[in-house]
Amino acid sequence: MSDLAMRDYYAKALIALGKVNKDIVVLDADLSCSTRTEKFAKEFPDRFFNAGISEQDCIGMSAGFACMGKTVFASSFAMFITGRTWEQIRNSVCYPKLNVKVCATHAGITVGEDGASHQALEDIALMRILPNMRVIVPADALEAEQAIHFVAKEAGPFYVRMCRGATPVVFNEGECDFQLGKNKVLKDGNDLTIMACGIMVDMALKAADVLKNEHNITAAVVNVSSIKPIDEENIYQMATKTGAFVTAEEHTIYGGMGSAVAEVTAKKCPIPIEMLGVNGVFGESGKPNDLLNKHNLTVQGIVDKALAVKSRK
Amino acid sequence: MLTAKQLSELSNISIRIRKNIIEMTHYAKSGHPGGSMSMTDIITFLYFNWLNIDPKFPKKEDRDIFVLCKGHAAPALYSAMAIKGFLPEEELKTLRSIGSRLQGHPDMKALPGIEMSTGSLGQGLSVAVGMSLALKLDKKKNRVYGVMGDGELQEGQVWEAMMSAAHYKCDNLCVFIDNNKQQIDGNIADVMGVEPLTDKLKAFGWEVINIDGHDFEQIESALVAADKVVGKPTVIISDTVKGKGVSFMERQLCFHGAPCNDDQKAKACSELDIKNGVCGCQI
Repeated sequence: MSDLAMRDYYAKALIALGKVNKDIVVLDADLSCSTRTEKFAKEFPDRFFNAGISEQDCIGMSAGFACMGKTVFASSFAMFITGRTWEQIRNSVCYPKLNVKVCATHAGITVGEDGASHQALEDIALMRILPNMRVIVPADALEAEQAIHFVAKEAGPFYVRMCRGATPVVFNEGECDFQLGKNKVLKDGNDLTIMACGIMVDMALKAADVLKNEHNITAAVVNVSSIKPIDEENIYQMATKTGAFVTAEEHTIYGGMGSAVAEVTAKKCPIPIEMLGVNGVFGESGKPNDLLNKHNLTVQGIVDKALAVKSRK
Repeated sequence: MLTAKQLSELSNISIRIRKNIIEMTHYAKSGHPGGSMSMTDIITFLYFNWLNIDPKFPKKEDRDIFVLCKGHAAPALYSAMAIKGFLPEEELKTLRSIGSRLQGHPDMKALPGIEMSTGSLGQGLSVAVGMSLALKLDKKKNRVYGVMGDGELQEGQVWEAMMSAAHYKCDNLCVFIDNNKQQIDGNIADVMGVEPLTDKLKAFGWEVINIDGHDFEQIESALVAADKVVGKPTVIISDTVKGKGVSFMERQLCFHGAPCNDDQKAKACSELDIKNGVCGCQI
C-alpha cells in the first residue's frame, strides 16, 4: 500500500465530524493550505476562522469558542502552535480545561527543507508537561484519522502531533484501534522491546525483522501513540517480560516519549533503556530522508540501539 | 438617563466595593487594590445597571458575557459578584487563601459566574473575540464585555486580537480600557508608552469612545452608543485614577500590588464610610 499523509486524513476526519456535529469549529493561522484545514473551510466556510499569522490570538480565540460550548480544532505547524503559544495554551486552555484540540502538522525533522526554524523537536515535551493536556502521536494516517474522531468526542484539551510527509501505512483498514492511554503491541518478542511513536513505528517493525534475521534477537514492537496519559501497565509488562527498551521518536531525546517511558520504568521497574531521537540539537535544511539518516533515525539506528541495550541487560 | 436615585445607589455600591477591596486585600495581606479601585465604577455600572446576568442562573442561555482581561483586578470583580449575589459577601475574606474559590486571579472552574480564567495579561481580548464569534455563529443576541488594563496593551497579543475583532466585525463586543496610566514599574508613559490610543484603536478599525471612567452617566452613554455600533467592535477608553476613592491611595504606585497596612486600612475605611454617609444624605 502506498504511503499516506496524516494531514490528509486529519482533514478527512474533520469533514466527517463537521457533517454530524455543528458545534465543531476549526481555526488556523495562515497555514490552512499546508495543514489541510482548508478542506474543512471549503466544506464549512462559516465554521472556519483564520487568525492570520498570529498563533497566540488563534489559541485565545479557540479558548473563547470553547467557553461558548464549541469543540475547537486549532491548527498550524507544530513549531508555532506549541512554541509560540505555549503560555496561551497553558493559561487559556489547560488551566480552565477548555475543549480545544491543538492539532499540529509538520512536526519533527522531516519538515525537511524549511530547516531548523520550522522543525519542532521539542513539542511533545512542551505539551506533555502541561496539566490537563493529553498528547497523541499517531503512527500513520489511519491512526491519525481515528485519533481525531476520538478527541472530538472526549472533552478537554488535547495535542495531536502529525508530520508533513506521506508515511508508510502501519495499520491496515480495520486493524487500527486507537485507545487513549493504551499501548499497542504490534509484534511480540522476548529479548527487548522497541517503544516507538509517529514515523518511527514503521521503522521499528522493520528493525525487529532485521534483529530476528541477522542477530537472532526477538524484539517486541510497541506503538506508544498515547504519550499522555501513558500506558503504565503495558510498560511494566513489557519491562518485566523483555528486560530492556529502545525508545524511538522523531523528537529531542529530552522530555519526549522516551522520557515518559523512562519515568514509568524508573518508578516501577528499572531496566536499561537506550533512547533514539534527536540528541538535543537543532535540525537544518535538507531532504527528510537525508536528515533522518544524519540523526540515525533509521531502521539501522534502531538496530544499533537494540544491540547496545541488549548488551547492558 | 440615570435618575438621581440610581446614581446614588450606584455610588453607594461603588463605595461598598472599594471598601471590600481594601478589606479583602488587607485580610489576604496581598493583592492589587490600586487597579481594582480604578475600575470599580466601571464594574459597578456593568454589574448593577447593565449586564444581563442572574446569580441564580450563572449559565443562563441569554446572559451577557464579561471577561476581566486584567485579571489582577479580581478583588473588584469578586466584590461586585458578591454584592450581586453570586457568593456570600463574607466569603470575600477567603481571597487568595488555600482552598478558596477566590483565587488571586479569576478561576472559572472555581467560581460560577466567572466566564474565563484570566491573569496572564494580553490573553483576555482574544478569548472575548472567540466568544463573540461563537455567539454570532449561533445567531445569538448576547453581548461580550471586557475590561483591559492600559499597561496590558503593551502585550503584542492584544494587537493581534484588536485586528481579529475588527476583521471579523465583532459588533457584539465592547471592551473598556481602564486607562489609569500606571503600571508596576512606573508611569506607563515612562515604562513603555501606549499613546496615542484613540488614533491607534481607530486605525485598527474599532469604534472608539472616550469617557471619564468614574462618571456613571458617561459610562452609560458610552454603553448605549456601543450597542448601536454596527460592523465593528467598540472600545471605551476610560480615563481613570489608580487607587480612586481613597485620598492617600490615589496615583500611588505602592498600592498597585500591595494592600494597606493596619493603619492605612483603618484610615481608608473611615474615609469611605464618610463618603457613604454623604451619599446617603443625598438620597
